[in-house]
Amino acid sequence: MTTPAMTTPDNLKYTREHEWCRPEGAEVVVGVTQYAASQLGDVVFVELPAVGAPVTAGQPFGVVESVKSVSDLFAPVSGTVSAINSTLPDAPEQVNQDPYGEGWMIRIRPVPGDQMTGLLSAADYAALIAG
Amino acid sequence: MVPFHGWEMPLHYGSQVQEHHAVRRACGLFDVSHMCIVDLAGAGTLDFLRHLTANDPARLRDGQCQYGVLCNEQGGVVDDIIVTRLGGERFRVVSNSATRDKVLAWQERWRPSFRVDFTPRPDLAMVAIQGPGALAVTDRVLPLAARPRVGALRPFHALEEGGWMVSRTGYTGEDGLEIQLPAAGVAALWRQLTGEGAQPAGLGARDTLRLEAGMSLYGSDLDDGHNPLDCGLGWTIAWDPPERDFVGRAALEARRGAAAGVRRIGLLLEGKGVLRDGQTVSLEGRTVGAITSGSYSPTLEQGIALARVSESVPAGGAWTVEIRGRHHPVRVVRPPFVRNGQRAWRDE
Repeated sequence: MTTPAMTTPDNLKYTREHEWCRPEGAEVVVGVTQYAASQLGDVVFVELPAVGAPVTAGQPFGVVESVKSVSDLFAPVSGTVSAINSTLPDAPEQVNQDPYGEGWMIRIRPVPGDQMTGLLSAADYAALIAG
Repeated sequence: MVPFHGWEMPLHYGSQVQEHHAVRRACGLFDVSHMCIVDLAGAGTLDFLRHLTANDPARLRDGQCQYGVLCNEQGGVVDDIIVTRLGGERFRVVSNSATRDKVLAWQERWRPSFRVDFTPRPDLAMVAIQGPGALAVTDRVLPLAARPRVGALRPFHALEEGGWMVSRTGYTGEDGLEIQLPAAGVAALWRQLTGEGAQPAGLGARDTLRLEAGMSLYGSDLDDGHNPLDCGLGWTIAWDPPERDFVGRAALEARRGAAAGVRRIGLLLEGKGVLRDGQTVSLEGRTVGAITSGSYSPTLEQGIALARVSESVPAGGAWTVEIRGRHHPVRVVRPPFVRNGQRAWRDE
């Protein structure tokens, strides 16, 4: 059995816990990487925070459950949840099918001055998952 | 691939959920060569098995299979097994891989009192072909001479054919076959079956399928400390004839009719999410038990579980399971959750 090469888009930043994030205007869009989705297996449940909830960089903001396991979701930046992907409760398989697109999880409005330090570039993340 | 009791086994071949659906809708293929197979023969074999199992193999005709449990002297479940009467005093016992050493030692311990030859069969491989299309797919790869006989097998029956044993059994709640054959031939059989459209399926799908089918997993739903009445397996105890003395009988007789124990129930998570082993089960806010096997049902698209709860509590009322500190409503049901591709649970 071969493992297909994992995509790590260059325009994203990554956490060591396998979240990606993408600045969009004043917000940051957050999801889990294709590598994370493939390691989880079929995602069947995603628990997300309420809009308006505070999140802290490096701290859990939600939970993703596949058939076989439960994993925390870690916030890449500190701030306030400005939107959640409300289609995920009914279509959690989007996390596997399109982790960088339809499978996005939350949008965060970062606290002023959060420099998004400690995040990895695509190249560094690709090296991390290559082991 | 994951380590599994000394074997390297695939959790899935791509998508666990897709493999699960393949078994419910068409045909899936499992490599279950890790199962422990023992052949028994000799004039005392039937007496030996009747002493060791709570079910009664004397009820088997040649070519019949029987599910049952081995109990210890306290009535606890040593393992769950399938006994097949190959013919007369020739029997085959299939037990779990996790319990291999314990069960082989258990059989050895009782064997000296009986005239029975005992032959573990690590030389045999085993595949399970499961799903509504399983018999048709298998038919296309069998030797011509075997096809009519295999096609005529009734559920829980088996036949021998040139070193193979084919039985109409499984662990999925679907129709299907299990084939035990010399290990040297299993790769070719696997290729033929997949060539005919059988979808390889891993341990992950095997677990969600058996859980939907309401079937117990040893080590989770069954263990040495609980008797079959605790675990929803009272139906596997052959109380008649009353004079048959099997290991654990006295303890089970004492437990029978007493209402101080625990019982097995099925749970459906009312909202979205997944139930997991070990989660606490409550009735009206009071803890009454715990989940022994929990997962997500791909067929029902909701969380399902087997749980062990106090025997005395009623099925009605507000039942909840605690997930990450919050109580989530669950419905108490009678498994199986799914049989032959269809919803099958009933309210308790």
